[in-house]
Amino acid sequence: MSARELSNVSADASRHWGAYWPAGLLLLSAAALCLFMLAPLATLLIGSVLDDQGHLSFSRFADFASTPGAATATWNTLWVATLVTLITVPLAFVYAYALQRACLPLTGVWRIVGLSALAGPSLVGAIAFIQWFGTQGVLKSWLGEHTVYGPIGITMATVYASFPHALMLLVVALATTDGRLYEAAEALGATRWRKFWTITLPSAKYGLISAALVVFSYSVSEFGIPKVIGGNFPVLAVEIYIQVVGMHDFGRGAVVALLLLAPVLMAFAADWYIQRKQHASLSARAVPYVPRPDPRRDLALLVYCGVIGVIMLAMLGMAAYTSLVRFWPYNLELTLSHYLFGLAEAGVLKAYLNSLTIGALTALVGTPFIFVTAYLVEKTHTGPAWLRPLIRALATLPMGVPGLVLGIGYILFFNAPGNPFNGLYQTLAIMVLANVVHYYTSCHLSALTALKSIDREFEAVSASLRVSQVKTFWRVTLPICLPAVLEIARYLFINAMTTVSALVFLYSPGNMPASVSILHLDEAGDLGPAAAMATLIVLTTISVSVVYSIATHFLLRRHQVWRQLKR
Amino acid sequence: MAHLEIKQLSKRFGGFTALDCVDLSIAQGEFVVLLGPSGCGKTTLLRAIAGLERQDSGQIVHAGRDISHAPPAQRDYGIVFQSYALFPNLTVGDNVAYGLNSRRSGHAPGVLGARQRVVDMLALVGLPGIEEKYPTQLSGGQQQRVALARALATSPHLLLLDEPLSALDAIERVRLRSEIRQLQAKLGITTLMVTHDQEEALSMADRIVVMKNGGIQQIGTPQDIYRTPANDFVADFIGRGNLLEATLQDQSDFKFGKVSLRCDSTLPDHAVHRFYVRPEDICLHSITETPENSFTATVKKTEFMGSSYLVTLEADMGQNKPLVAQFSSNYLEGRPIQPGALLRLSIPAGHLRPMSPSL
Repeated sequence: MSARELSNVSADASRHWGAYWPAGLLLLSAAALCLFMLAPLATLLIGSVLDDQGHLSFSRFADFASTPGAATATWNTLWVATLVTLITVPLAFVYAYALQRACLPLTGVWRIVGLSALAGPSLVGAIAFIQWFGTQGVLKSWLGEHTVYGPIGITMATVYASFPHALMLLVVALATTDGRLYEAAEALGATRWRKFWTITLPSAKYGLISAALVVFSYSVSEFGIPKVIGGNFPVLAVEIYIQVVGMHDFGRGAVVALLLLAPVLMAFAADWYIQRKQHASLSARAVPYVPRPDPRRDLALLVYCGVIGVIMLAMLGMAAYTSLVRFWPYNLELTLSHYLFGLAEAGVLKAYLNSLTIGALTALVGTPFIFVTAYLVEKTHTGPAWLRPLIRALATLPMGVPGLVLGIGYILFFNAPGNPFNGLYQTLAIMVLANVVHYYTSCHLSALTALKSIDREFEAVSASLRVSQVKTFWRVTLPICLPAVLEIARYLFINAMTTVSALVFLYSPGNMPASVSILHLDEAGDLGPAAAMATLIVLTTISVSVVYSIATHFLLRRHQVWRQLKR
Repeated sequence: MAHLEIKQLSKRFGGFTALDCVDLSIAQGEFVVLLGPSGCGKTTLLRAIAGLERQDSGQIVHAGRDISHAPPAQRDYGIVFQSYALFPNLTVGDNVAYGLNSRRSGHAPGVLGARQRVVDMLALVGLPGIEEKYPTQLSGGQQQRVALARALATSPHLLLLDEPLSALDAIERVRLRSEIRQLQAKLGITTLMVTHDQEEALSMADRIVVMKNGGIQQIGTPQDIYRTPANDFVADFIGRGNLLEATLQDQSDFKFGKVSLRCDSTLPDHAVHRFYVRPEDICLHSITETPENSFTATVKKTEFMGSSYLVTLEADMGQNKPLVAQFSSNYLEGRPIQPGALLRLSIPAGHLRPMSPSL
């Protein structure tokens, strides 16, 4: 906006301030995002380049580099992440291919099974792998001489935990191919392989790259899994945890966190750069591809999905089973004692209630904030020119920030003595805020997608009819976007229930979340109660998802008749 | 005094000039069409009048009120978009009633009044009794009629139509074209429509504004624009035509290659004169006749257009481009024209329209 238009704005503002409230609200949004997203990360950045006296120096980096084992931890982190990526992405690609491009029976069930790992904290996989392959494991012999406690266990558990993240991206990538390309290829007599190599793979290329980057950064920044199943195998994420939680060395933690942030941010910058090129490749007139039955392909893929599905369910099942047997593997009597004594009597059940509260608040606070902000960015136009690009950038930032980096940023920023928001530290509120920030990007993107699909002239029409934009938001925009809004709420709730990474640095003993309590129970050797807690979380997220599906189904049927109508 | 007056309106998007000092005045009750290729600035002009785009400089005066800087809600217009922009979650009745009973509109007929107004409006656009339907249950043409009813429900004094017919199929488009025009005449509402379809513009407008590169090329009645295009661009954009070059031979006789033709107008002395001839102004004669301004030509290609034939001809007129003539099917009945045939044609002196020298 030019200087002249700015002055127009201020001159007009007194006459019809009503037209400028969106800019005011957006400024508030931007301020909140700066305070709870940018400031903690900036503090982390600054903290790492200041020495103990507050002078600018790289001494902390030098210190870390000279620590024995630092190089090993870095190297371990990188090669394990690479290995995990190389295993997960192809596995998920074939699974996604089966869902999107084959005619499987019960595709919906396979989809849910493939995403089932999302229902629990990442630790579920680690606990289950210990039960299957650990010292007392049923399948220990499969590993031969090797132990599951170390790189093998970390890799397997991380592949399990990151699989659904890759799957979601690849399903979308494979869903958006133009069916006409295949018809053209068939008309030209291309073979099945030729079609796969010249159409399927290139069109899924960006999805594959994104999936690889997401899995890689997941593996680099995940610390619950190596903490539980890693044994003595040093990785960076655990190193941070030890520095900050164990030794209260925040400065050191900040340095390691920055080291983590670097590859992850690079990965996301690359992703962003590549994704920008993608837009032109898909035209609005694309005809969706509809697979035709092909018994040979479908059977092979069905078997594949079956194998993966059994493994996925075996993990959740093992966690549930562990929580119900008295003493694995010596006494397999089924009992609720882990729930009754291990959790309820031991006072750990309060952690579960904390998590429910945190999850509900995250959804209640995050959903309106994220949706309204996205709405203001997309559908209003007043205010300074830098405002919308700033918010767009802030909204994309959390995607590249691992939870534990965010957590340390929060400690450094909110725990600082001079900070007026100091009172927030170790409260439930700060955990809720950290969750909203942590999961901001994908929520923002779903809100944007929903908003962009609405006719962009609605606001213009309302203005011409002299109906206020607020009324149009309430009567038209919100009802149309309701499915997306509910989906954002569900996503926030489930992630807030299952996340460990940021919260582990922010809780106080009085308000420990359930997912963190699993870590503590495991540390204390109480694998049964840990599994019980994990099972409770899984059951909760699954029930919430089921209730969500039923509720949206009825809601949409009742109040959104127009969606089903066809001429 | 003009109902809508646009003075020196300019708008740039970065390095792109969307509007370049546009002046336009529209009389009360007039139907004006902005016509031009995409990117000519016609939509920007409409959106500036609607307050959806803010001009860099210039003035917009509507009914004596300077609305140059008023927000859209404080202007007085109804608008219909190409996409209809009907609210999909509201019934047709609620869509039409959307602007009624709004605090700001000053249109508060009350619930009953609003309901009656909806009934009246839907009857007006020829869709009575569909209040309870949802937009997705209607055809494109019906949706556009509902959008029109919604725009007119608040009795605005200006109607803006942004390519309202472009998303419709050909038959529906032609039907709605005349319906909109009749409705506009009945209500006497001043209307500004944007289109890139010259046929639509010719059939609907009281006056056409031809635009190019953010500037106005010509303003005139459809007949003016068609018969006497102001420049090459307008001539080329509106309908088909032949641009012929000639040298002055004697008074009003001009030499076109080997053909000599007489022109009605007296022209100043130039080295080269340019004339514009519409394909349908070329007459076909029996090969033995020799009327004034006649010459022979060879048929290269014929295209059947339904009501007429479009014939591409080779004549000794010294032109680079072949001559294009249009003969009505009715007139040709029983005498099909085959490629290679030799025809006798004439261009009546009155239809040889001089053009300004090329720049």
